[in-house]
Amino acid sequence: MTAPVTGAAPGRAARPAGHEDRRAGPAALTVTLAILAVLLVVSATAGLAIGSVQVPPGQVWGIVTHALGADWAEPDWSRARETIVLDVRAPRVLLGAVAGAGLAVVGTALQALIRNPLAEPYLLGVSSGASLGAVAVIVFGVTLFGPVSLSAAAFAGALGALLLVYATARTGGRITSARLVLSGVAVAAVLTAVLDLLLLTTDRGNEARAVLAWTLGGLGGVDWGTLWLPGAALILGIAVLLAQARNLNLLLAGEEAATTMGLDVPRFRARMFVLLSLVTGVLVAACGPIGFVGLMLPHVVRLAVGGDHRRVLPTAALGGAVFLIWADIAARVVAAPMEIPVGVLTALCGGPFFLWLMRRDARRTTDRGGA
Amino acid sequence: MSATELVVDGVTLTAGAHRLVADVSLTARPGEVIGLVGPNGSGKSSLLRAVYRVLRPATGHVRVDGADAWSLPVRRLARTVAAVVQESGADFDLSVREVVAMGRTPHKRLLDGDTAEDAELVGRALDAVDATDLAHRPFDRLSGGERQRVLIARALAQQPSLLVLDEPTNHLDIRHQLDVLGTLRKLPATVVVALHDLNLAAYYCDRLYVLRDGRVTASGPPVEVLTPRLLSEVYGVTSEVTVHPRTGAPQVTFLPGEPHATGPAEAPARPAVGSPPLARG
Repeated sequence: MTAPVTGAAPGRAARPAGHEDRRAGPAALTVTLAILAVLLVVSATAGLAIGSVQVPPGQVWGIVTHALGADWAEPDWSRARETIVLDVRAPRVLLGAVAGAGLAVVGTALQALIRNPLAEPYLLGVSSGASLGAVAVIVFGVTLFGPVSLSAAAFAGALGALLLVYATARTGGRITSARLVLSGVAVAAVLTAVLDLLLLTTDRGNEARAVLAWTLGGLGGVDWGTLWLPGAALILGIAVLLAQARNLNLLLAGEEAATTMGLDVPRFRARMFVLLSLVTGVLVAACGPIGFVGLMLPHVVRLAVGGDHRRVLPTAALGGAVFLIWADIAARVVAAPMEIPVGVLTALCGGPFFLWLMRRDARRTTDRGGA
Repeated sequence: MSATELVVDGVTLTAGAHRLVADVSLTARPGEVIGLVGPNGSGKSSLLRAVYRVLRPATGHVRVDGADAWSLPVRRLARTVAAVVQESGADFDLSVREVVAMGRTPHKRLLDGDTAEDAELVGRALDAVDATDLAHRPFDRLSGGERQRVLIARALAQQPSLLVLDEPTNHLDIRHQLDVLGTLRKLPATVVVALHDLNLAAYYCDRLYVLRDGRVTASGPPVEVLTPRLLSEVYGVTSEVTVHPRTGAPQVTFLPGEPHATGPAEAPARPAVGSPPLARG
């Protein structure tokens, strides 16, 4: 397409040019991450302050630092406010951050593993699988693993759905976008139908209504006692994915090429599928299926820091956390006093984004074909 | 970087009920440049895929320095064998430099960072394929030929002692074809390369294996292998083969107008035997 630039550049000789990358410098990444970290603190503060009862940011910090044992501020707030900030909003903001970060890194990794830019847990029916697992536990009242059984069942459902979509979408070693999306839609439709059937036929009417609200995706109703599990899953997920970032990069080169560079692709993919299903399952068990975060964040982040997973993963995690905290604030505020499920809002942004991405993808393919 | 011996021993490759390659044996001695030629669908790519461990042989063995390539860990093999394959990655935003740096992966342990040595090797690989100027361009905006050169650079950065290439000169303009093959020639590694252009194969390869319908029909030095009769048999074309006075390599000229003769009626091969050894840089 473009003719190679010849001559001109002074550094043309074999001198290694590693430090002048337009977007690759470690300094640039540090700056990006630092900005996002500050944004995260600001967002969390906003998440604690905004709601039906407005708490001034200064007072939010007073309450939080006081609870952490530091007495910066004179406790001039009411007990009720303290309860709102610490027991109602704080777990919710934390879960938002954890879920946002988790969905963003899961989406990032899934796009590399399936080698398709449209891969995302919600679109692939993985979230539906997780929902079905969780709902089955609720409806049948199984508590095999105690309080963890909800997450365990969601994990199993997520893994089953992912394997099903992957197996049906893959033909001749390749997965086209069309097939992937169609398989995802089909699997999600079937799983959702089974889920609805379970809810309609159960004799536990009250629970069914609660579950129905939960399947729309929402961060409400979380408390400190249930937060540890999503947190642990997120830390595990990010740690493993960061350690495997080089191998995720290899998959960008194609499966055969990745093999020639030393990656046992089937084994790697199987392990990663289990990990991603685990994170997705636990997150869905905690806050229902929240769509499109895993689709939007990786692509936006790649525009900013390039495609190297060592940069994309941490950036997407922080970005996802910020994004979902704000989405949840919006969910609480736009139709106050009514609360909108946050999944509805993310779908509202994500749907158009998906269409844009699909068109871009198609354009790139035609460009390449004509080259 | 040293050179590795490759022995393909009675390998048969199948895809379902379809036989891609039947009982093929091939040897590449350390430091040799071996060319695979043959018509489309003759099994060149399949054979190479068995060497770089993507297509498992139904029978037979692929041995790299005596060790069975298919029982070595994938990563271990990747430190010895690099490949340029006919498959383009998905559209993810990596710079050219990042793509080439991928080649360092098999030499890295979990969480290892990129060292100055890696940067040096990546820089040298880019320079070897005349792609230093492309280093900071996004890979998915390159032309087909530029991509091909970058993928070759990636394989070079892997520091293989056996390099396997499937049609590496595809999409390249003539100057870059010569440059790339010249670079391969100078490598201390053993090279096995599938090529379409018989004249390039004749000039740059020490020995050729001619594949047809998944079998080796002829093998040996280019002057012995490339005869009008063989080309007629394998490709179904009429040609004339001369030894070029300047290069000393056989030179194939195709004669599209003339009906092609098969069978023993054809005159004995042109004065191929006893031609001077090839002078190469």
